[in-house]
Amino acid sequence: MLTLQCPYCGVTVEETELAPGGEAHLKRFGPGSSDDDFEAYMFARKNPKGVHFERWRHAYGCGKWFLAARCTATLEVFGTYPAQTTEPPADLIAKIKEKRPTWEGYK
Amino acid sequence: MSDAVSALNGQTHDGFARVAEAGLRGMVTIRADLDSTALAAALGALGLSVPAKRQIVSAGDTSVGWMGPDELLLLCDYAQAPHLCADLSAALAGEHALVVTVSDARAIFTVQGARADQVLQKLCPVDFATLPVGELRRTRAAQIAAALWRSGPDELSLVCFRSVAGYMIGLLEVSARKGGEIF
Ligand SMILES: [Zn+2]
Repeated sequence: MLTLQCPYCGVTVEETELAPGGEAHLKRFGPGSSDDDFEAYMFARKNPKGVHFERWRHAYGCGKWFLAARCTATLEVFGTYPAQTTEPPADLIAKIKEKRPTWEGYK
Repeated sequence: MSDAVSALNGQTHDGFARVAEAGLRGMVTIRADLDSTALAAALGALGLSVPAKRQIVSAGDTSVGWMGPDELLLLCDYAQAPHLCADLSAALAGEHALVVTVSDARAIFTVQGARADQVLQKLCPVDFATLPVGELRRTRAAQIAAALWRSGPDELSLVCFRSVAGYMIGLLEVSARKGGEIF
């Protein structure tokens, strides 16, 4: 069972109280963008065995979206943070690099 | 004036704990910047304050709970709700805020008894052993959203949408049946 801390409520909740929202930090390519950019935005998703950044919604709680970094292989959660950011916080990146020295970074 | 009735007309069941639909209760949803001084002043005039994260504060028959980083739920006398709603709307005029009476869109339940926690331990992914008095916890009860808190000695209150009140009383009644005690 995956448990994540909602950064708004500060409460650690289990997966059944949350709704998953797929990969985090996608950059939108809308009207006017190239076909390749739009296709990548629309369909191409990372599928790593390891560190992954995800969107989650505290659906049965405050209802807010937040972001989480976790390992898809071990389910280890590195941290959660509010959704109002375009990239992961530096301290979280540092923490992940310490735990996963061979990790290539989130890009 | 229409004759207001609550979702289940006070339906009550006695098992190892007493579960009841708690009848008509005034409820007002406030969506606003919780740091607003006007909001603090308006709640202060009711003897309340802006609750801290996950807290519920009370003054007499009126309570206000933290529902999210931009949302509060005011609980009050049923007949008073439209008046409090109008007062709060006026107090927050000019701010990016929304105040709505939701009394008839919600249902409220109580679970009473020394084993009240056990009724909800079977339904909600919440650690009731560490749920303190004064905390409002939004969670789910089986398949529906609910907000719950300790509303008295050996008593928990729950709020859910009125449309699922029948499902809620069904859950509570089955969970509270004698022989279903956990410990
Ligand atoms: Zn939350």
